[in-house]
Amino acid sequence: MTDPVLEVRGLTKRFGALVVSDGIDLTLKRGEIHAVIGPNGAGKSTLIAQICGGLAPDAGTIRLKGRDVTALPTRTRARMGLARTFQISALAMEDTALQNALLGALGAAGTPWRFFGPALSDPALRKVAETALDRVGLSDKAGHRTAELSHGERRQLEVAVALTLRPAAFIMDEPMAGLGSEGGARMTALLDRLRHEAPILLVEHDMDAVFALADRISVLAGGRVIASGPPDAIRTDTAVREAYLGDEA
Amino acid sequence: MSREWIVNAALIAGLIAVPLWAHLSGEPFTITLATRAVIFALAAVGLNLALGLGGMVSFGHAVFFGLGGYSMGILAHHAQNFLPLYDGLFLIEGTKSMPVIWLVAILVSALAALLIGLLSLRTSGVYFIMITLAFGQMFYYFAISWRAYGGEDGLSIWVRNGFPGLNTLDPIQFYCLCFALLCAALWLSARIARSPFGLVLNAARQVPARVETVGLDGQRAKLVAFVISGAITGLAGALFADLNRFVSPTMFSWHMSGEIMIFIILGGVARLFGPVAGAVLFVAMEHVLGDLWDHWHILLGGLLLVIVLFGRGGVIGLLAGKAQSHD
Repeated sequence: MTDPVLEVRGLTKRFGALVVSDGIDLTLKRGEIHAVIGPNGAGKSTLIAQICGGLAPDAGTIRLKGRDVTALPTRTRARMGLARTFQISALAMEDTALQNALLGALGAAGTPWRFFGPALSDPALRKVAETALDRVGLSDKAGHRTAELSHGERRQLEVAVALTLRPAAFIMDEPMAGLGSEGGARMTALLDRLRHEAPILLVEHDMDAVFALADRISVLAGGRVIASGPPDAIRTDTAVREAYLGDEA
Repeated sequence: MSREWIVNAALIAGLIAVPLWAHLSGEPFTITLATRAVIFALAAVGLNLALGLGGMVSFGHAVFFGLGGYSMGILAHHAQNFLPLYDGLFLIEGTKSMPVIWLVAILVSALAALLIGLLSLRTSGVYFIMITLAFGQMFYYFAISWRAYGGEDGLSIWVRNGFPGLNTLDPIQFYCLCFALLCAALWLSARIARSPFGLVLNAARQVPARVETVGLDGQRAKLVAFVISGAITGLAGALFADLNRFVSPTMFSWHMSGEIMIFIILGGVARLFGPVAGAVLFVAMEHVLGDLWDHWHILLGGLLLVIVLFGRGGVIGLLAGKAQSHD
């Protein structure tokens, strides 16, 4: 049994009287997709923010590859291979798709303090960026401005940037959001392949995608993990049905 | 060749042809005007690195312009009066040598930019504008009260400083020197904009969160850009003082900060040659309209309004169309 890549223990965060994370335990193991679902306001976004470093927890620890990263800034976690995609695309809209991917490659290479040679003609960076674009199926859009890309293509670009980071773990915040059925199917297929490269912590509202992809599902409600287990167990869990799934499942 | 390239080339050609024509037909005042435009352009190329590329709306770049000016003023003042600048453990004399003055101006401005940037970059948006403005005013009032160097009256330098191998008293030779420095700064800016560092800075302006999540330090990139920006504007300040053979607290005033910003907005924010187009247009308007009407600033204001409302790309945007990404 190998150690989990990402391990969250007793994570707690309060905003005043409101407890948004209430002793959350969570692990992400090699090769798996671990989905986190829950109704709006369950604390999914604050959980991601704490894992990625944008928000400091009040208590609890976050370990990445065995190392306690709870107090480390976002960029240090990123350099350790924590690759995040945003719910609302956070891309440089004025730049091309290739430039966005290059930024990731530059971050992974750790050599931003170069003031002369053009970034676009650095063969090593370019190879990483172009490979990532190719893998998400955006090769033909490399030279397009991000502002000109469709919503679905921007979601793909988010994943491409994450891929350039030589990820140890992906943290994906609703990668399916706003994708049509065709786009959703393509993204599902992509994530299915990616899990073997690095495990994915997937926060997602699209239940079809979650049940198709997830090896394990944790259900968050009121800041607490109310159930965790394989999809079949979650589907039949009565507490989950009450809190979240309603009659759909 | 893109249209922007043609517009830029035409600007450069104009900045060569007009002073050359003025020189041949014996119009030194026109050369002085062109020198003024080129020095303003250099100051604005500096600011454009912070404002255009880094998104840092500095309303205090007169600090660096003034520091460059006073670096020149103080060094030359000591040299012309044969007073040592420092006479303690060792001796530091003033100097009339441009290269030395430039180096001092660049270092002093860079250091000031580092300190101001460290504090100002803790804020953003309107607060950043206000804190840089506050620093500008601090330096302005300090210069006014600094009696040793003329206080409110400023410092007069009797003879323009020298450059090895050139006669800087000849307007066209001094112009060539300033023009060469402008070209060097433009070249540097173009390189930086396309470099890996430029990529980070560009992204830090647009999506700070993204830069952090790929493991890069956007704030530090902004600070470095602010330092380079201040150094270039400082160099322009040293040249400006040498052009006028005079330096006074007005170089530190917020009007000056505003004018440098106006050059960029007139010419086109984040366009490589925007500051050049803006400074040339400003000096031309100042000369032509200023002769006709004392209140020509009203027309400048109107023009600014039109550009901000209808053409964010400024003059360059008007002539060359939308900005191309650096491919």
